[in-house]
Amino acid sequence: MRQLIIIGSGPAGYTAAIYAARAQLQPLLIASSVEAGGELMNTTEVENFPGFPEGIQGPELMMSMQQQAERFGTEVVYDDVVRLELDGDVKKVTLGSGVTHEAQAVIFATGSAYRKLGLSDEERLSGRGVSWCATCDGFFFKEKVIAVVGGGDSAMEEATFLSRFGSKVVVIHRKDTLRASKIMQERAFNDPKIEFVWNSEVVGITGTDAVTGLILRDTVDGSERELEVGGLFIAIGNDARTHLVHGQLDLTTEGTIAVDGRSSKTSLTGVFAAGDVIDPHYRQAVTAAGSGTVAALDAEHYLAQLGDSVVAEAEEIVAAH
Amino acid sequence: MTARAVTDATFDQEVLKSDKTVLVDFWAEWCGPCRAVSPILDQIATEHSDKLEIVKVNVDENPQLAMKYQITSIPAMKVYQGGEVVKTVIGAKPKPALEADLAAYLA
Repeated sequence: MRQLIIIGSGPAGYTAAIYAARAQLQPLLIASSVEAGGELMNTTEVENFPGFPEGIQGPELMMSMQQQAERFGTEVVYDDVVRLELDGDVKKVTLGSGVTHEAQAVIFATGSAYRKLGLSDEERLSGRGVSWCATCDGFFFKEKVIAVVGGGDSAMEEATFLSRFGSKVVVIHRKDTLRASKIMQERAFNDPKIEFVWNSEVVGITGTDAVTGLILRDTVDGSERELEVGGLFIAIGNDARTHLVHGQLDLTTEGTIAVDGRSSKTSLTGVFAAGDVIDPHYRQAVTAAGSGTVAALDAEHYLAQLGDSVVAEAEEIVAAH
Repeated sequence: MTARAVTDATFDQEVLKSDKTVLVDFWAEWCGPCRAVSPILDQIATEHSDKLEIVKVNVDENPQLAMKYQITSIPAMKVYQGGEVVKTVIGAKPKPALEADLAAYLA
C-alpha cells in the first residue's frame, strides 16, 4: 500500500505532489488520460503566475510543474479514476485500466468543468459551431462572426484571442457590467473587432448542421431577437468536478467539496481536497497551487500521526508482554 | 503503430476509395487535446488493425479537407466506409469512452 495518491494534474495536484514528494511520501499522481495538465493546457499566455515576468504558455507551465514533481519521486499515471472508496483506513482508487491502487491518504484535486448553458441545441451543435475552447477551435472560424457568452476573465480572454480569427467578435453578457479584471476588460474594450451586447442571455441556438445564429433575450424587458453568428464560444464559468465523490464527501451549497476552515480536510479522515474543486470564488492557478501545498502539508501531518500511533501501539503491545 | 498522415492530395485514394473502414483523426500541432488523444488512437489501431485503419489529417496543412468536412472543433474523428462518413466523434476522450463510441467498427 502507498502512503499517498493524488488525483488531478492541474496546479493543485502538481504542487501537492512537489511538496509530498519532497517529504519522501513517493506519491502516485493520477493525471487523467486526455485532460492531463488540466485547464491551463488550453490556455495560451499566462501572465499572472509569479516568477515569469514575460509570461509563460499554459502547457509549458504545466510541463514544468510535472517535471518538478517527478524530480522528487512523484509517479505519474495517465489514466482516469472510475471509482473511489474513501471511507476506512485504506483508500481505494480504481482506474479505467481496471487496476486498483491503495493508499493511506488521498488528495482530491480534480478541478472544475466548463459550465453549459443548458440548452438542448447546445449539445446538438457542440463541435458544429458551439465550443468551450477558443484556443482549440478558434482557427476554424476565420472571417466569421463569433459570439462569446460570459463576462469574466475567461470570456474576455476567449474574445481577445478569437478576434484574430473572426471578422467580428460579439460578447454577450446578461448584465451591463463585466466581472472580468480591469486589464482584461481594457484589452477587450480597446479591440476594434470586439463588440458588446449587454443585458442579454442566449435562449436558443439556430442551425441544422452548423451554428447559424442565436436567439437572445433581453434580461431587462424580456424581448427576444435573433443574432446571426457562425460560432458560439461559451465561457460562463465552471462547476467543481465532484461526481466521483458524491455520497462520500460532504459538499457545500455551492457544489464544491466542503473542507474544514482554511485546511484541506474533508468530511472523511485521510481524504484531503485542493484547488478549484474546493474553491467557488478565486479559482486561479496560483490559489490552486497554494491550496495544493496546504493539502500536501495536511496529508503529511496525518500520515506522520498514523505512523506515531502505529509505533505507540507496537510499544504498548511490547510493554504488555 | 503511429497513424499515417493523409493529405488533401491523397485523401481520395487512401480514405474514400479504401476497401477498409478508415478512421480519420483531424488534428493540429497547436491542439492540446489532439496530442492527448493521439496515443490512444494509436493503441486502438494496433489492437484492432484487422477491423479499422486509422490515419491523420493535419488541418493546418490540409485546409480543403477541413472545410469540406466542416471541421469546427478538433480533435474530430470521422469513420469512413465506402467513401461516406458513418460516424463522427468530437473531442478527446479516455480510451474506454472512445472504444464505446467506436464499438460498431471494432467488433
